[in-house]
Amino acid sequence: MRALVAVKRVIDYAIKVRVKPDKTGVIKENVQHSMNPFDEIALEEAVRLKEKQIIKEVVAVSLGPSKSQETLRTALAKGADRAIHVEVEEVMAEKIEPLLIAKILRRIAEAEKPDLIFLGKQAIDDDCGQTAQLLAGLLNWPQAMYASAVEQESDKTFIVTREVDGGRESVRIKIPAIISADLRLNEPRYATLPNIMKAKNKLLEKRKPADYGIEIVQQIQILEVTEPPKRKSGGFVEDVPSLIVKLKEMGVV
Amino acid sequence: MVARNTSTCSLLLNLFRLHRSSSVNFSFDFTDGQQQLQEAARKFVAEEVIPVEAKYDKNNQFPWDVLKKAHANGFMNVTIPSNYGGLELDMVSSALIYERFGYGCTGICTAMLANLLAETPLILAANDEIKKKYLGRMIEEPLMASYAVTESCAGSDVAATRTYSEKKGDEYIINGSKMWITNGGVANWFFVLTRNNNDPKTPVSKAFTAFVVDADALGISIGKKEINMGQRASDTRTITFENVQVPKSHIIGNPGDGFKIAMKTFDTTRPLVAAMATGLAARCLDEASKYALERKAFGTQIANNQVQLLIREQ
Repeated sequence: MRALVAVKRVIDYAIKVRVKPDKTGVIKENVQHSMNPFDEIALEEAVRLKEKQIIKEVVAVSLGPSKSQETLRTALAKGADRAIHVEVEEVMAEKIEPLLIAKILRRIAEAEKPDLIFLGKQAIDDDCGQTAQLLAGLLNWPQAMYASAVEQESDKTFIVTREVDGGRESVRIKIPAIISADLRLNEPRYATLPNIMKAKNKLLEKRKPADYGIEIVQQIQILEVTEPPKRKSGGFVEDVPSLIVKLKEMGVV
Repeated sequence: MVARNTSTCSLLLNLFRLHRSSSVNFSFDFTDGQQQLQEAARKFVAEEVIPVEAKYDKNNQFPWDVLKKAHANGFMNVTIPSNYGGLELDMVSSALIYERFGYGCTGICTAMLANLLAETPLILAANDEIKKKYLGRMIEEPLMASYAVTESCAGSDVAATRTYSEKKGDEYIINGSKMWITNGGVANWFFVLTRNNNDPKTPVSKAFTAFVVDADALGISIGKKEINMGQRASDTRTITFENVQVPKSHIIGNPGDGFKIAMKTFDTTRPLVAAMATGLAARCLDEASKYALERKAFGTQIANNQVQLLIREQ
C-alpha cells in the first residue's frame, strides 16, 4: 500500500499573529513557521501504519513557496520516504484556496496511485477544514473525516473512528480512501537528529501547478482582514456576594 | 619618476591582492540542515525541558528523564565521529543545539555539555581501541561522562594540578582529589588529568598525563552532591582517587601530553559554553519582554517606560 500525506507550512501556533497595516492579510515575513499541527498528526499515522507494515511507502506533499521544502524535510525526517513540492510564488501563494489544493492533490493522486490519503482536519491559519472533503469529492473516493482511530480490517477495508458532536462514530471505508486527522488520533514523534541527517538523502521532487495542468484561479476575493474588536478591560470584585450584585446590576442574573 | 611609478604599481598590486582576499562570501545564513536541527531542538526544548526545569531546580535532582529523551532524539554526544556511531556535527550545528538547550535550562544543558567536554580529549588524542570502547558506548546507551581536571587548589591554574600518577610496570597508580566535577556522581567514566612527576622544573608541556578511567574502578570515592546556587539540576561533586590502578592502554595521547590535550579540548568546548550562556540571556530577554508588556505601573505597561527611569528610581 502507498499513503499520500499532505502537509502545510503555517505560522507557528505559539506565535501571536499581527494584521498588516493595509488590512490585506497578516504579517508573514520574519515570522516562525512550522508544519500545521494536524498535518503532523496525519503524517504520524501514516508512518505508524508503515511501521506496522500495512503501508509500504509514505509520500509527503506540500504546496507553497520554496520555504515549504523545510516542512517537507521535516516530514522526511519523521519517516516519509519521499516528498513532492508543488512550488508557487510567494504572491500567488496568497491566492490559494482549498479547492485549488484539492485539484492539485487529485492530479498527484492519479499519478502516484495511493491507497490512502491523509490530511489534517484543518489548517490553523485559514481554519477552512475543506481540502480533504473536496478531494474525496473530486476523486469520488470514500472519506473518513476527523479520525481519532484508524484500524485495518482487511486488505481492502479500514475501520475509522470519528470525532462527532455527540461523541464518536465508527465507519468502514474501502480503499482507496481519504482520511483527515483529528487531535486525538495520535501524538506525533519528534524529528530526531540522526533522522534529520539521513533525510538529506531522500528524494524531494519539485513540481509546478502547470505540470499538472492546473491554473491558479481565484473563486474568493479577500476584501479586508482586521483585528478582532478590542475588549474593554474588566474590574475586580472582593468577594462572591459583590460578584452576584454586579451581575444582577447588569441584568445577567 | 621611475621610483614613483614603481611604488604606484606595487600599491595597485597590493590593493588587488586585498580585493581578492576579501572576495570570499560572508554569510550569516544557516544551511538547510542546520535550520532543521535548530527547529527540532526548539521544539524538543519547548515541550520536554521548559515544562519540567523548575521542578529539577527546586528538587536538586539529576534530570535523567529529560536526558534519556534527549539522547533518544540524538541531541547528546553530537560531536562523536561517524565511524564510532556518532553524528559528527560541525561546531556551528553543535552551538545551535547548546544555545537552544541553554534557553530551556542551563542545568540540564550543562549535564549534556559535560559529556562533550569529557569526550573531546578522547576524540582528539585517544587510540582507536579506546575510542571504540568509550565513545561507542555513549551512542548505544544514555550514559554520562565527566571531565575531571579541577582540584581544590587548581582551577584556572590547571598547571597546579597535584593529582599524581605513578608508573608501575604496565599500569599507572593514581592518587589525588578532584573538585567541582560536573556529572561526577552519574558518570560512567572520567577523563582524568594527572601530574606524572613532582619535579617543579619539569615543563608544563611534559609534566602531565591524561587517562580515561572507569567510574567503578577500585579506589574511586565519589563525594556528596554539592549544593550550589544555580544550575541545581546539574550534578557536581568531589572525586577522590586512592591507589587507582589504570592500565597503560588507558593513557590518552602520549605520557606527558596531558596538558596539551586538556587545552586543545577547550578549543572545541568553549564556544559551546558561550552558546549556552547566549541561550540563557535570550530566555531572560524573552521573559522580561513578556512581563514588561503585561505589567502596568503608573497607568501604562512598564515596557513604555524608559529603562533609565527605572534605574533612577533605584
